[in-house]
Amino acid sequence: MSSKSEKTQGFLKHLPRNIFSGFVVSLIALPLGLGLAMASEAPPIAGIITAVVGGIVVSLLGGSYVTITGPGNGLVGVLLVAITVLGLESAYAAIICSGALLVALGFLRMGKLSDFFPSSAIQGMLAAIGLIILGKQFHIMLGNRIQRETSIDYILEIPSTIKALFSLTDPGLIYAAAIGILSLIIMVVYPKLRNKYLQLIPAPMWIVILSVGFSYYFEIVLGQPNPIHPDYLISGIPDPAELLTQLPVPDFGQVSTLAFWSSVLALTLIASIESLLSIKAIDKLDPEKRRSNTNRDLKALGLATVGSGFLGGLNVVTVIARSSVNVNQGGSNRSSNFFHAIFLTLFILLFSTQLARIPLPALMAILVFTGYKLASPDIVKHIFSIGKEQLLIFFVTLIMTLKIGLIVGILSGVVTTMFIHMIINKGVGLFFRNILKPNVLMYRETSGEGIYYVSVKHFCSFMNYNKLKSKLEAINEDQDVVIDFSFCQFVDHTVMENLNNYQDLFAKRGGHFEVIGLDMHGADSEHPFALRRLLPMPNLLSNFTRRQSALQELAADFDLAYNPDRIKEVGFLGGFHFFRTKPINYIFNQLVNEEMGSDVFDIEFSEGAFIAKEVIRTTMMHIKLETEIPTFTLDREGLLERLYSLAGFRDIPIDEHPDFSKRFYLMGDDEESIHQLFDTDLIHFFESNPYFHVESDGRALIVFGKERLGSLKEIKALLDFGHRLKQVIQNNAKVP
Amino acid sequence: MISQPFKSIGIGATFSPNLKANLYEASRLSLFFNCRLVLIHVGDKTTEKVEGFNEILQPFHEKGLNYELVFQPGDPVEVILSVCDSKQIELLILGALKKESFYKYYVGSIARRITRKAKCSVLLLINPSVERIQCKHIVVSGLDDAKTTKAIETSFYIGQQLNAEQLTIVEEITEQEIAIKVDDDKSLRMANLAKERIRIRETSRVKKIIDKIDGEIRSNIRVNSQPIFGPRGYSIGHYAQVARADLLVLPAQSKLSFWDRLFPHDVEHILTELPTDVLILQ
Repeated sequence: MSSKSEKTQGFLKHLPRNIFSGFVVSLIALPLGLGLAMASEAPPIAGIITAVVGGIVVSLLGGSYVTITGPGNGLVGVLLVAITVLGLESAYAAIICSGALLVALGFLRMGKLSDFFPSSAIQGMLAAIGLIILGKQFHIMLGNRIQRETSIDYILEIPSTIKALFSLTDPGLIYAAAIGILSLIIMVVYPKLRNKYLQLIPAPMWIVILSVGFSYYFEIVLGQPNPIHPDYLISGIPDPAELLTQLPVPDFGQVSTLAFWSSVLALTLIASIESLLSIKAIDKLDPEKRRSNTNRDLKALGLATVGSGFLGGLNVVTVIARSSVNVNQGGSNRSSNFFHAIFLTLFILLFSTQLARIPLPALMAILVFTGYKLASPDIVKHIFSIGKEQLLIFFVTLIMTLKIGLIVGILSGVVTTMFIHMIINKGVGLFFRNILKPNVLMYRETSGEGIYYVSVKHFCSFMNYNKLKSKLEAINEDQDVVIDFSFCQFVDHTVMENLNNYQDLFAKRGGHFEVIGLDMHGADSEHPFALRRLLPMPNLLSNFTRRQSALQELAADFDLAYNPDRIKEVGFLGGFHFFRTKPINYIFNQLVNEEMGSDVFDIEFSEGAFIAKEVIRTTMMHIKLETEIPTFTLDREGLLERLYSLAGFRDIPIDEHPDFSKRFYLMGDDEESIHQLFDTDLIHFFESNPYFHVESDGRALIVFGKERLGSLKEIKALLDFGHRLKQVIQNNAKVP
Repeated sequence: MISQPFKSIGIGATFSPNLKANLYEASRLSLFFNCRLVLIHVGDKTTEKVEGFNEILQPFHEKGLNYELVFQPGDPVEVILSVCDSKQIELLILGALKKESFYKYYVGSIARRITRKAKCSVLLLINPSVERIQCKHIVVSGLDDAKTTKAIETSFYIGQQLNAEQLTIVEEITEQEIAIKVDDDKSLRMANLAKERIRIRETSRVKKIIDKIDGEIRSNIRVNSQPIFGPRGYSIGHYAQVARADLLVLPAQSKLSFWDRLFPHDVEHILTELPTDVLILQ
């Protein structure tokens, strides 16, 4: 009961902030909604209806926290096709059907749908959508309304529209173009201005206010009519009274046609992908670190879309730009989405006549800018830095989307990605043999701190990433996770990017997420998200893995010298008993501390030989000592006992510390000096610190924990343990 | 309490490069378990072959190995199965094949058919060796199954005989048992609570089984229990690989229907990719 009232109190406390945030978001949503609807050739008011219905339904029923819903950029391309092919009434029917499909997806728990697409293909699709929006609206922004067949034609004609700008004679058109250019400048310059008062109102609203103010200036001050050509003013904003009487009637007459269902399918696919990607991205921004229930959100979005379709609105999706503004303005729960809808309703009720004064070029400038953001050269540059093959996927998807359509576009992106993966791996066997098999093992280590250990086999790409993801989703983000790819031959860019997201998420919520076992994989570019393939004969490391970069940072942090290369001269380890039966292949990722005479490295050695050979990699610390000490091996009782007893060693009991003797297994030749070395200080040190295997060869120590590569946290613990151990041992050895 | 789980060991012998290693492994095991070894050769009996086998087994014969050679021509699968029946073989040893380039092992089609049909226990060896390689770590399935208690007991017995150091009992728990789908923070919390409950339940169940086992055969072996949430039959194999186990012990499945083969699960996962030596106990 008390927790419920606490919740209510918290809700009330945050209510003013959420109302404010909802208000700011509605300032963006108003022009954007009008613009997006017009770009899709729907009546402008449809965009507002979408946002209002979406805001109310999703805020009441949704499963995410700080997202804003409304008409989306991604859908413009599909809606445009649907409306031109089917006609507006039938398009409403398609929207309603796609809403029902979205609800079904939610019930089928397809919140993971967006994981099945390679991220470069999704990027390519989004860029294509950006170009569709930009290409079409650019002409209206400059006062040149044209009708062309395909989106590519619109883009190709951009230069001629710019040229035509200089030969405009109609003053109405010149004013229109001037307003368009000015608005675009505002959109570009606004983010760079850091003025507190200016930033109170978002750029799109500035454009609306200025352009409406402009028309009033002419009418009231100069006593002239609005100089902008009437064709370039927003039209079809109904009176509030008309709004309810003029509800469109969805026409289900075409439900038996292929065109209808391909539109429905495209709407559903793009709406779900756009929403899911936005939810994922916004979850990272959530200050309260909650995780969204994507399936529930899909159901709510679907329901909202059905409602919106019946009321004359478009598909409701989760939109990223408005949601991030919401987070920045302090929105903390779904009520901000609700209030954004309420404010939009108020705008329409109170200012419907003023809205008719907004010049189209101003609205279109907002869209051109949005489109540019989706397809900006920065994205291409970024993708190129990850790898040339990603750029190919990106462009294939982009061109196919523009040429044929969104569904074909994204599918060709998927096919290209699969094809590239097969070429890189020189065959299809790896994928076909293993695609249906489970490939992920996750368990919580029963010893130590209960680290979650995840091991991935075969290959890990967008095709089977959901298997890995479902395991990772089951871990609380404040836990420690080590994910091991040593058994995995191929990891693709989509997975690397997603893992990076997990790393950020875990870091933010107090956990640790480390990727190990990729150091042996080759990559073609230096980007951390580049795809990686296990090389049968690994050569020089061409690319730092995330772990290696982290080691480099750790080295800088602790004043250590870092050397990632493989070193085969490992004679200094030969004296240790541990390696007597284990040939060392090489050491790598070496962190050297000159001052302390110690270094930490990853080491690869093998046990057994020929066909029984097992290759083991672990992280180890080697500490040089200034004084001679007896050779000894200290291990947890039992682990190596039998192995060493074969070699003629036996446990040396320390009578004064029975508990120590019980827990540890101590061996060495020279019992007397070992007794001398293991005095109360040293024994207390071992008893009170976490367990490590420690060996001495007389002049140096090796220290290591588990027989696998250490995570960064474990390496830090190892460094700390080793240095303190050295001090204790040096103190002891000096006494006699 | 079973003092001797196997009284007779069978091995299919053909003249392949692995013959010596296979026979050495089988003979060593026969000596360890103190049982009779039956060599099954699919083909006609010739003096040459008999001499060849005898020569390889000579060193073990000196140590007191009791063995028998059986020659019978015919279809390998049927011959081996019928000899297993007639000679009352309790443990059949089969060699696995290795995939080129990567260190992967799988069960060939003949061995797989035998494994499916055999009424005795089957030991699949991935890397037989002439020199003895010590078996250090045994992983055994701790599924809640009628055969589990016996499987764990036998594993302890084997561990004792082979001087193993560690025995890990893996309880595989399918996701379905949790019955809560993770959607958001709340369901995650619920799911984690449910998992913790299952984990405790499983650990105590396994502990009860261990406690019933004679202390003597448990001494000198470290026992671990590791619950894993994941697909049954798959997770234990992957775990054995990660933990670098030397032997994986599984109780045989009661029945293999048509559907089991169509949708590989349990033992089938392990047969397609052997993580280590695998012992399937009847």
